[in-house]
Amino acid sequence: MAVRAARSAGFTAVLLLFLVLAGSAWTGDAHAAHNGTPTTQEDPDQHHGTNATNHRKAFPVLAFNYDHVRKPFEISLWILLALLMKLGFHIIPRVSHVVPESCLLIFVGLLVGGVIKAMDEKAPVLDSKLFFLYLLPPIILDAGYFLPIRAFTENMGTILVFAVVGTLWNAFFVGGMMFAVCQIEAARVGHVDLLSCLLFGSIISAVDPVAVLAVFEEIHINELLHILVFGESLLNDAVTVVLYHLFEEFSHAGTVTVGDAFLGVVSFFVVSLGGILVGVIYGVLGAFTSRFTSHSRVIEPLFVFLYSYMAYLSAEVFHLSGIMSLIACGVVMRPYVEANISHKSYTTIKYFLKMWSSVSETLIFIFLGVSTVEGPHNWNWIFVIFTLVLCLLSRVLGVVGLTFIINKFRIVKLTKKDQFIVAYGGLRGAIAFSLGFLLTDSEKKHMFLTAIITVIFFTVFVQGMTIRPLVDLLAVKRKKESKASINEEIHTQFLDHLLTGIGDICGHYGHHHWKDKLNRFNKTYVKKWLIAGERSNEPQLISFYNKMEMKQAMMLVESGSAAKLPSVMAAASAQNIQQQREEARQQKLLKISKTREAEIRKVLRANLQKTRQRLRSYSRHDLFMDPFEEDMSEVRFRKQKVEMERRMSHYLTVPAKRQETPSVRKVWFEPEHKVYTYDDSQSPRSGAIQLNPRPSDGAALLDGSPQGSESSAAPQSADQSERQKPSRCLSDPGPNEDEEESIFFSSR
Amino acid sequence: MGTLQSSPAPSEYADLSEKTGFSFEQIGVLHKRFRHLSHGENVLRKEDFNGIPDLASNPIRTQIVEAFFDQRNFSKDGDGKVDEIGFEEFVVVMSHFRPPSLHMTEEQRESVRKEKLRFLFNMHDSDNDGIITLEEYRHVVEELLSRSGALGKETAKGIADAAMLEVASISVGHMEPDEFYEGITFDHFLKLLATFEIESKMSVRFLNMDTITLCK
Repeated sequence: MAVRAARSAGFTAVLLLFLVLAGSAWTGDAHAAHNGTPTTQEDPDQHHGTNATNHRKAFPVLAFNYDHVRKPFEISLWILLALLMKLGFHIIPRVSHVVPESCLLIFVGLLVGGVIKAMDEKAPVLDSKLFFLYLLPPIILDAGYFLPIRAFTENMGTILVFAVVGTLWNAFFVGGMMFAVCQIEAARVGHVDLLSCLLFGSIISAVDPVAVLAVFEEIHINELLHILVFGESLLNDAVTVVLYHLFEEFSHAGTVTVGDAFLGVVSFFVVSLGGILVGVIYGVLGAFTSRFTSHSRVIEPLFVFLYSYMAYLSAEVFHLSGIMSLIACGVVMRPYVEANISHKSYTTIKYFLKMWSSVSETLIFIFLGVSTVEGPHNWNWIFVIFTLVLCLLSRVLGVVGLTFIINKFRIVKLTKKDQFIVAYGGLRGAIAFSLGFLLTDSEKKHMFLTAIITVIFFTVFVQGMTIRPLVDLLAVKRKKESKASINEEIHTQFLDHLLTGIGDICGHYGHHHWKDKLNRFNKTYVKKWLIAGERSNEPQLISFYNKMEMKQAMMLVESGSAAKLPSVMAAASAQNIQQQREEARQQKLLKISKTREAEIRKVLRANLQKTRQRLRSYSRHDLFMDPFEEDMSEVRFRKQKVEMERRMSHYLTVPAKRQETPSVRKVWFEPEHKVYTYDDSQSPRSGAIQLNPRPSDGAALLDGSPQGSESSAAPQSADQSERQKPSRCLSDPGPNEDEEESIFFSSR
Repeated sequence: MGTLQSSPAPSEYADLSEKTGFSFEQIGVLHKRFRHLSHGENVLRKEDFNGIPDLASNPIRTQIVEAFFDQRNFSKDGDGKVDEIGFEEFVVVMSHFRPPSLHMTEEQRESVRKEKLRFLFNMHDSDNDGIITLEEYRHVVEELLSRSGALGKETAKGIADAAMLEVASISVGHMEPDEFYEGITFDHFLKLLATFEIESKMSVRFLNMDTITLCK
């Protein structure tokens, strides 16, 4: 009942939204029609001027001046429409499960376009400039910045072969065959010469990253296939750019000589390598800048975005591959920037990129729908059908043929299932449309555009909708949902070194050898320049470990103890805040634990009375402590991290003598322990306990049967009892509480 | 196949080929390399490995070299260490890194995985008691971080501890307060790296020894 009510509410909401927005789009355009001339701007001034001299008009309490805000108003309205649509889909669960979001968005675009057309207004079309300069870069940057480097470089050869050879094959096959088709008199296609056909082929043959991302994101396919199709869609940009410009130039000239073809090949290398070079330069600049941003953390994310955007624009200036430049910039910049920036900036970057790319994607699909309804069409059955068939055919042939060759060089061969998914996942999208839109020759342009749109619709709707059930049907391996495992990271590193070593012993300069050389070069020269302070020496394993700890600490905080801990920290660490900030992320693990632990103990003991009272008042306001919030989180995480570390060393090591520790503990624990029981006795310990097997059992475990390593454990026990104390007081395990109390009382 | 200076003759290759799964060509290339490393002798010693310049900068160099002289890697029930190895042992150790062939049954794939994981396990378990204790694991992590200089022991300890904890929670799950996790047995190790796809990751391409390969 409730579900149905919710769903019908959802439906009506979507419908209303839709009508409102279509209506506002209409009003926007209506005013645009009225206020077309620039002189209108001057009129009010003149009017006022003359009025001032002639007679006094009553002061306008309420005025209406739409032109003033027209442009930003409409832009915001469109973006709002897009996002509300996106929201709307998720209210209607059944539909969004079957139909991929991209299809729904195109559909909405079609509707809106239809409405606008019915009102005889001019709809905003997916202008190429808008697309290439504003809508595409965020998506590509998001993809490039978060590109899984390991998978990408391991399959680089395969991806390159698919991207370059595959796209070339597609372009020439489709172009050539379409030329043959156009020669058939019965087609009544008109005079389309070979070069135009080839141009058409090159536009339609490129796999589109936006469409691929949109569809593949939802089906959660295994990493290999995802990176293959996605990598291909990114790297084929260079090929597309070269082919497009080549054929466009020559379709005006009329003929192509061998010399031109040769120049084309050279141009390919220039475009791709040049694009990458531009990206690398900006990436290094960005990394270098981030080294100095420790004093103004707030603008850190901006540097990342701006440098990347500049890389894209700079590459576009020279007709180099902007996409490759953007990817290269993101990839190069990321490891260094992440080592330098604060945790918050990292989160900001991540969410802004996701946000922008999401908005862009939504807008692209909606505009695609609108442009479809709007654009002048020239529907030619033969041309369109053949294009569609040939595209599919060339894709399948290309993938199968290339895989046959590639498998000879791969260790993990691509199976038939993999090949099918790669072929089926070759979706065309808005890039093809925009490139077609850029064409200047109008008579063939409409025919081409119609065919392009049909192919896009087919791939996005038919292939996009059916790929999910097919993936299930063929039981293709899905993405394994494994959380970060420190063991796997250790073994990944171990294997890297092992394989490099074995390769060296064999005299085999393979993949690992060069990767190792690159890593060493990176460590000795590059990191010193681009990473601030001591972090330049931090090996990857340690950064991984830190990140993992941070994540776990965050989970701990958010799940269990969040409500209570801030109050404690507020009271205790008011004086520590400044000091903690400076210690920030550049400290070594060891130093942090000792200093923090000492401080906490000192402050707690000093502020015992005040603490109690503050606790009482703070626990009511624990969610609204804004002045402390910022420092809290960093401090909190550090603290949690320290805690967990404690628990782990307790759990695993075997101290020889247990008798010493209780007496020592009692002396230290009593004051802090009392303080915390006030608050923490009520806190749900479940969150804390889930993550670490029985933190409260740290004490109990200590009297485990003394193993052979007694002698080594003995000198450690004193150290451990030292370190146990803060964990006792900070984590305050519920169940043992009574035990502690009773021990305490009994010893008195 | 290249010029070989002397024995073993192709008939011995047949034996080796059957035992390890390498082709004749690959064995020939390995033999060339063996003779280069051993300076023309028939046996290889630990010192010979010091002549490889790139190996010197590898953080786990000692463990790798040890693995070649560890009898557990020569046959299923070997034990202990030797000081010199012949060509046959060299090839047997190398065979652990052979990439899996395309047409393998699930069983064969499983046995290949076990073999490779066994090799890794032996590398970690230096005292050969069948269990990787916390100390041994710490040693592994320390070696891995040995090139990083100053950060050293404490961090390695922390990381190793976290890792052991993870293994404990994966293999044993919930533990009683008075239980103690002794170390990683081979079964736990298998379980730990179950999703690691070791059969494809732990492979070196043997055929084209001197060429650069870009794709795996």
